Amino acid sequence: MQGLKEFLRRFVRNWPAVGGFALLMIVLVMALAAPALYPGSPWDLVAQPFLWPGADAQFRLGSDMMGRDLGAGLFHGARVSLLIGFVATLVAVLAGIAIGALAGYYGGWVDDVLMRLTEMFQTIPPFIFAIVLVAIFQPTVATIVLAIGAVSWPAVARLVRGEVMALRNREFVQACIAIGMNDARIIFRHILPNTLAPVIVTGSLMVATAILTEAGLAFLGLGDPNVMSWGTIIGAGRDVLRTAWYVTAIPGVAILLTVLGINLVGEGLNDALNPRLRQK
Amino acid sequence: MRPLLSVTELKVHFPVRHGLVRAVDNVSLEVGSAETVGLVGESGCGKTTLGKAILRLVKPTAGSIRLAGTEIADMSRALLRPLRREMQMIFQDPQASLNPRQTVASIIEEPMIVHNIGTRTERREKVAWLMAKVGMRPDASGRYPHEFSGGQRQRIGIARALALNPKLIVCDEPVSALDVSVRAQVINLLEDLKREFELSYLFISHDLSVVEHVSDRIAVMYLGRIVETAEGSSLWKRPLHPYTQALISAVPVPDPTAVSRRVVLQGDLPSPLNPPTGCRFHTRCPYATELCRQSEPQLRRVDAAHQMACHYLPDERHTN
Repeated sequence: MQGLKEFLRRFVRNWPAVGGFALLMIVLVMALAAPALYPGSPWDLVAQPFLWPGADAQFRLGSDMMGRDLGAGLFHGARVSLLIGFVATLVAVLAGIAIGALAGYYGGWVDDVLMRLTEMFQTIPPFIFAIVLVAIFQPTVATIVLAIGAVSWPAVARLVRGEVMALRNREFVQACIAIGMNDARIIFRHILPNTLAPVIVTGSLMVATAILTEAGLAFLGLGDPNVMSWGTIIGAGRDVLRTAWYVTAIPGVAILLTVLGINLVGEGLNDALNPRLRQK
Repeated sequence: MRPLLSVTELKVHFPVRHGLVRAVDNVSLEVGSAETVGLVGESGCGKTTLGKAILRLVKPTAGSIRLAGTEIADMSRALLRPLRREMQMIFQDPQASLNPRQTVASIIEEPMIVHNIGTRTERREKVAWLMAKVGMRPDASGRYPHEFSGGQRQRIGIARALALNPKLIVCDEPVSALDVSVRAQVINLLEDLKREFELSYLFISHDLSVVEHVSDRIAVMYLGRIVETAEGSSLWKRPLHPYTQALISAVPVPDPTAVSRRVVLQGDLPSPLNPPTGCRFHTRCPYATELCRQSEPQLRRVDAAHQMACHYLPDERHTN
């Protein structure tokens, strides 16, 4: 608990991290408030097309070429982006921890097999791989989450493997073996908690990548057709970029600020969890 | 009487890219009940590997390890688990041997949880009792290892080793990482605990003066082999093997009038990857002969409690 207090103290002193956290909170509040502020579907054609932002008090952020309310799209899109970003990262982190821990702890042929598998995933460019996966399966929120998870876990697996290998030879793990602990207890109670700091940092930055990947997929028309995503709006706005650039710019800025916020929080976590690195 | 620990012709070899590191090569050693056996040797001579092999932290290549008569050298990890209550280890670096994320009480309690000993309340009582035994204040229980000094951390490690009521404790350089000022305290603690719980120690150290102080018997190791074993005092007074003589002559004597007959060894410890032929010590021995280069001496009994592995007794040797 002392560690947590110390961590919070260091995080709060880091103003870019606090700023990033505030940005992230705004996006979260938008996501949570979306159903209340915009009860209808963001796909509904509610306004006249090409309404510029500020032109109509009812649709402050304007409308797109089909007359869909961009405000509704922005708020509902926040839900999709955050949901997919966080859940896909969670999937990737869990898979990466499992594979990395097994490879690092057991070494030998287990390590060889799992690392060759990891390399196989790493040789394919992640975005192309995600497109292929979503195109093969139907684009739904679940398949998009799994596809992003499938392309992101290798980084975590490599990180965890390295940490576990280093910890495995530490004397306190030798002491665990001498005490007679089984492998599961050693891995879960003694090794993994000590790898948590770098995994949290990597994971937080991966959320940003996942949000960008989702937006990219939706931009290419590979988003879930039932949800309105920021990428979907940008993809639709692309055709009218010269006449109505605001259709693309509004969700674009939203993505930019969200990803910026996550990166600042990730850097802040890194500094707060590894204070020694920061002093260098 | 049957010894508590009996190691016979133990070998621990590590395959590396260009051959085989013979870290421990044909070592035989016994530790009796309530006995302290000191194991000395230079860094890299294989003494830590021997200690770890006895606890099965590294896999023995060949040979036998018997704990109270039970062969454990090739036992499966699952079968070995209950026997681990009988033998524990105290590590060299008390900083590295404690999980930084565990509280003191949790570190000491965990061995009992793993072996299903007692109820939660009983375990908590035992933790408090053990902490008192190793001289730690009860209010330390909720704190983390980094909040303590090296000596205090080593006390935590000792309490953890005692939690299972072991008969044998392998102490791997237990005071080498500590400040000189706290070494004596920790050594005295180990000796008190030995008397109280009738423990046996295999006490590994490169520091001959520490080993001499705590040990009933001393074994001297050189390049994976034991070259001499004797009662502590007789080894000190009458070292027979040239290597032991050199080690003892290197220990400073707190007497300015003492005449120094320092035997200085030439060169470094040869690589255990390609140990010298014949006697492994011949490359650094001031008395080496043709026989030493060709034939490896076996450990032989000089008197009831003194064994050594040299072709020559001290009065048969001539400096080259």
